[in-house]
Amino acid sequence: MARETPEVNGGSLADIAFLLLIFFLVTTTMDIDTGITRLLPPEPEEEEKVEVKVNKRNVLVVLLNRSDRLMVGGAEMDRLDLKDKTIQFFTNPANDVNLPERDDVEIQFPPGSSSLLPPDGIWRGKVSKGVISLQNDRSTTYGKYLQVQNELVAAVNELRNEFCNLYFEKDYADLNTTSPHEEEIHNGIRKIYKMNISESDPKNIDR
Amino acid sequence: MAKFRRKKGKEGVSINTASLPDIVFMLLFFFMVSTTMRETEVQVQVKVPEATEVKKLEKKSLVSYIYVGRPVAHVARMYGTEPLIQLNDKLVNEEGIPYESVQDFVLFEREKLPESEKKKMIMSLRIDENIPMGKVDDVKQALRRARALIINYSARKEYRKQGRQR
Repeated sequence: MARETPEVNGGSLADIAFLLLIFFLVTTTMDIDTGITRLLPPEPEEEEKVEVKVNKRNVLVVLLNRSDRLMVGGAEMDRLDLKDKTIQFFTNPANDVNLPERDDVEIQFPPGSSSLLPPDGIWRGKVSKGVISLQNDRSTTYGKYLQVQNELVAAVNELRNEFCNLYFEKDYADLNTTSPHEEEIHNGIRKIYKMNISESDPKNIDR
Repeated sequence: MAKFRRKKGKEGVSINTASLPDIVFMLLFFFMVSTTMRETEVQVQVKVPEATEVKKLEKKSLVSYIYVGRPVAHVARMYGTEPLIQLNDKLVNEEGIPYESVQDFVLFEREKLPESEKKKMIMSLRIDENIPMGKVDDVKQALRRARALIINYSARKEYRKQGRQR
């Protein structure tokens, strides 16, 4: 006599499957490419290798030696102090004679975009002439080099963000560059706080 | 006791498997969608550094990859353990600064892009964090000569607390 086998209730299987799906959706991190984008200088033509004269006060030398030690403006420094140092270098709030000169500049923002700007949207202020000269040895490790790059980029990003928050009550990173209005703001801020990082041609720096 | 005895005589419970195919298909679809095929086999070990200021690379079609790292075990038997540069699936064995290999690579990759986007090509540098900068500088010099000037130092997102650490 065949006995009827009790069936397992399959009604909740769909729920379990959905649960699994949601679990995977949440936990899987897709392989997204992230990184720091920089622009290389074009290779100079042979004839026009002109020495550009820069005032000493306008240059901050950031040096990474072969044992990965960081030297900023002639003094050894911890990596985590570099950001503040860079911000100070670019802003020069007290018009220190040892920090970079600042030019009077007029920059056009979209009229009426900020209550802190005059109605025509032109920002008048001072823009630093400072340049950071980043130098490394051939034996410096890449990880350390990128950390230093990161601090420099972080400093400029913070300045831009501060400005953007003050004038447009928005984070710099949230500016939508596909809309012409916000792109103008974006480009304007980039002109006020420039990413002036110069990298010298590689060489072997002495210990 | 009576209950237990009744179970003993059974041949095993059959589970309703009607929805099993659905589940399997769902999993299959999920993995199909989420998996990105890697076009090239990476022959060097790359552990990219961490950084806080990273941004996403939006347009994947514009990106070409350059790998720099120490070779993986089976490649190391042939090439030694010194850091190597990999362009697409080829390892560079040019002496000194790899001007020619990089030039060829850049031209090849640029050819794939439509005319309007040729200037926007991004070179993603996937470089191991322990590689000495000499190798990286070589690549950068070669890229400058090849006029591929937009580069992206590939890095993982590092989360840092506000203010100073340590």
